[in-house]
Amino acid sequence: MTTTTVDATKSALSRIVVAGTHQRVLAFASLIVLLIGFSIASPNFMQTSNMLAILQATSVNGVLAIAVTLVIITGGIDLSVGTMMTFCAVITGVVLTYAGMPLAFGVVAAVLTGAVCGACSGTFVAKMAIPPFIATLGMMLILKGLSLVISGTRPIYFNDTPGFSEISRGSLIGEVVPSLPIPNGVLILFIVAAVTAYILNRTVLGRYCFALGSNEESVRLSGVNTDRWKIAIYALAGSIVGIAGLLIASRLNSAQPALGLGYELEAIAAVVIGGTSLSGGRGSILGSLIGALIMAVLTNGLRVLSVAQEWQTVVTGAIIILAVYADMMRRNKTT
Amino acid sequence: MTYLVEMKGIEKRFPGVHALKGVQFDLNPGEVHALMGENGAGKSTLMKIMSGIYSRDGGEMFVDGKPVSPVSPRAAQDLGIGIIHQELSLMNDLTAAQNVLIGREPRRSFGRLDEPALNAKTAEIFASLNLAMDPRTRVGTQTIARQQLIEIAKALSYNPRVLIMDEPTAALNDIEIAELFKVIEKLKADGVGIVYISHRMDEIKRIADRVTILRDGAYIDTVEAADTPLTKIIQLMVGREVTQNTPVIPDTSQNQVALEVRNLSRGKEVWDVSFDIRKGEILGFAGLMGAGRTEVARIIFGADARDRGEILVAGQPVNIRTPHAAVEAGIGYLSEDRKHFGLAVDMTVRANIAMANLVQFTSRTGVLNEVAMKETAIKYIDQLGIRTPSDMQAVRLLSGGNQQKVVIAKWLLRDCDVLIFDEPTRGIDVGAKSEIYALLEDLAAQGRAIIVISSELPEVMRLSHRIAVMCEGRLTGILPGGEGTTQEQIMELATQRDSALSVTEDVL
Repeated sequence: MTTTTVDATKSALSRIVVAGTHQRVLAFASLIVLLIGFSIASPNFMQTSNMLAILQATSVNGVLAIAVTLVIITGGIDLSVGTMMTFCAVITGVVLTYAGMPLAFGVVAAVLTGAVCGACSGTFVAKMAIPPFIATLGMMLILKGLSLVISGTRPIYFNDTPGFSEISRGSLIGEVVPSLPIPNGVLILFIVAAVTAYILNRTVLGRYCFALGSNEESVRLSGVNTDRWKIAIYALAGSIVGIAGLLIASRLNSAQPALGLGYELEAIAAVVIGGTSLSGGRGSILGSLIGALIMAVLTNGLRVLSVAQEWQTVVTGAIIILAVYADMMRRNKTT
Repeated sequence: MTYLVEMKGIEKRFPGVHALKGVQFDLNPGEVHALMGENGAGKSTLMKIMSGIYSRDGGEMFVDGKPVSPVSPRAAQDLGIGIIHQELSLMNDLTAAQNVLIGREPRRSFGRLDEPALNAKTAEIFASLNLAMDPRTRVGTQTIARQQLIEIAKALSYNPRVLIMDEPTAALNDIEIAELFKVIEKLKADGVGIVYISHRMDEIKRIADRVTILRDGAYIDTVEAADTPLTKIIQLMVGREVTQNTPVIPDTSQNQVALEVRNLSRGKEVWDVSFDIRKGEILGFAGLMGAGRTEVARIIFGADARDRGEILVAGQPVNIRTPHAAVEAGIGYLSEDRKHFGLAVDMTVRANIAMANLVQFTSRTGVLNEVAMKETAIKYIDQLGIRTPSDMQAVRLLSGGNQQKVVIAKWLLRDCDVLIFDEPTRGIDVGAKSEIYALLEDLAAQGRAIIVISSELPEVMRLSHRIAVMCEGRLTGILPGGEGTTQEQIMELATQRDSALSVTEDVL
C-alpha cells in the first residue's frame, strides 16, 4: 500500500512537472533563442539599460495579457481591455486632477472602475447570454466613447499629483540596490502575475475558471452558480486592467483618451503565444508573461537591428501563427 | 406507508415529440427500482425531471409525501436526489478530485482552496468504491470506463437519499460491474433508494427489486423483479413488435465488393479493424458506447486521419484523407448529430437537398438555377415521403424523422455507392423509424452498400444482413443477420474486452 502511494505521488509529481513545462517550454525556449540571437547580432542588445527598456515595455501589455488570460481560460474572450485601460486612466485623471484628491484615491478609483466595467461585461455574458466576443466588442466601443466624452477629447495631465509618475517610472528596488534600477512598473507586473497565478491555481475562483472553460454545462449541473462566478472572473480581470491603466497613465504622466484601441489584440497575442488555449480550460499566467516578453524582445531587438517598424509588425504576426501552429502540433501528438 | 419519491401523471412535451404521457413512478427507501424500456421510451426524460434538469409540463411529484418541484439540479440535490448521467459530464482538464467535489471544494479563508483536503476526501470516496485511482489524475487521460467510475464517485459524494443511475454499466467490465453492485448493496442497506436504468437484462435480475416498464413515453406496468420472467419484461417493453424483428436477407454473395477496409488503426480508438461489404448489403455495427464504431466511420470518410490501414472502393485502393476525397470515391456519411453536421437547420428543404451538390445547379456564370433545384427537391420529397408543406419550409420546423429524410435526400443526390448511417433513428418517433428502415432496405435493394451504426440492438438485428460487433476499438466479430443470431451473442462480443489492456491501465 505504501509503495503504491509513493509511486502515485511520484507519478503525480512528474506529471505536474511534465505537463507544466510542456505547455510553456516552447515559448520559453523561443524567448531564450531570441535573446541569444539578438545579442549575437548586436552588442548593444544585452546592455542592462536595454534589458530594462524591454521589461518596461512589457509591463502594460503584460498586465493586460494576465487579465485576458483569466477570461480566455473560461472559454471567453475580452476585446475591451484596451479601451477599458484608457477609461480607467481617464477616471483616475478625473479623481486626481479634476477633483484634486490624494494619490491613493486615484489608485483605488482605477482598480474599482476596472472591476465595475468587467462586472458589466460579465453580466452581459452570463445573465444576458451574449457571446463574449460581442459583449466585449460592445464594451470596447462604449468605453472608448465614454473616455472621449468625459475628458472632452483632451488629455488629462497629472502634473498636480506628486509621485504619480513614480508609479511606473520610479524604482523602489533601485533605491535599495542601486546597481539594479528595475522600474516599479516591472515590479508591479511581476507582483500582479504572482498574485493572479496564486488566485488561478489555489482559489475557488481560479478553479472555476478552468472548470467553466472545460465543460460549463457540467459545472452548472453540479449545482455551481456559474453566472455569479463568471461575473466575478470578468470583474477580477477588469480590476487588473485598472492596474494597467495606472501604469500607462503614470508612464505618460497623462490619461490619453484616444489611446487604447489595439492593445487588446496585443494582449491576446501574448496569451496565445504563451500557450493558453483559446477554446478554454487550459492556460497559465507564466505562459502569458513569457508571451508578452517575447513580443517586447522582438520589437526591441528588431529596432536595435534597425529593422523598419513596418517589418516588426509583420514578424509579430508570423510569430503568432507559428506559436499556435506549434501548439496544435504538440496537442495532436499527445492526444 | 409513504414513498421516498412518488411521481404521478407526469407529462413532458418537446417540439414534435410527446415524450411522457401521464407517467407514474414510485421509489421506496432501500430498494433498487429498475426503469426499463427501449431507447426513446422516456426513461431518461423522466429521470431528468426527477433530478431537476427538466421541468415537467404536468403531473405531481412528492418526496416523503410532500409535494415538490425541483427547478434546478441544485434544488434536487437539496432534496437528496442525485443522478449519474448517461453521457459523461466531466471536466476533462481538471483532476479526478477537482471533478468529484466541484462546487463543494474544501476552502480556507479568502476562497483559498484546501487541495490536500480535497484529495483526501476524494481518496476516501474512491476507497469506499474500491477504486484504485490517484485523486490528482487528470480526467481527460482516463478511459471511458474509469471516467464513469469518477462520475459515480461524484454522485456518491453528495450522500444522496435517492440515486439515479442512467446506464451506469454501459462502459464497465465485469469486475468493475461487480464492484459497482457491491456499492449498490451497501447503499441499499443504508436506506438509499436507487433508480436503475439499464438495457442489460441479466443485471435486472441480479440487482433490481421492482421493475417499471415504459414504452413510447407511456407507463406500461410495474412488476416484482424476482417472480417475473425476463421474457415477460421484454414483451412489455417492445409491445407487439417482438416477432417481426428479422430482416429478409438477400443473397449478395455474388455481388461486387463495394468497400473493403484492411487493418484500420488510429491511436487507442480504433485497432486493426478489417471488413468488407458488398453491393446491396446492409452491414450493421453494434457495440457499446465508446466502442469505436463512429471513429471507424469517420476514418473511412476521411474526417479523421488513420495511423495505419487501407481502404479499397470497388477493389481499387483509394487514398482518402479528407471527406471531399471520400465523396469523390462514392462514400457518404450521415452523422449521428444531424443538427450539427448534417443540416443547415435554418435553411429551406430545397437549399439543404441541393447543398452537397451545388455545382450541378450552377450556371457557367456562377448563378444558381432555382428551378432545377426546386424540381430536384420535389422529386426527393415525393420519393422519400418527406412530410413538409413545401420545399421552401425551414428544415428546423420538420420532425426528426423528416429531417433525417432530408439528409438522406442530400446524399442520394451525390449518388454515393456506399452510405454510412450513424444512429439513423436517434431521436425519431417509432412510426417514423419503420419508414427509415424501409428506406434503407430500398437503398440496399437498388445496389448500394449500406453501413448502419446503431446502439439499439433491436434496430441492428432488424436491419442487418450481417452484424459487425466492436469493443474498445477492436472488431470482435462479424455475425450473420437474421433469426440465428441472438442479442446475447452480440452482447458477448460487445463486452469481449482485451483483459491485458485494462489491467495495465489499472497499474498506471
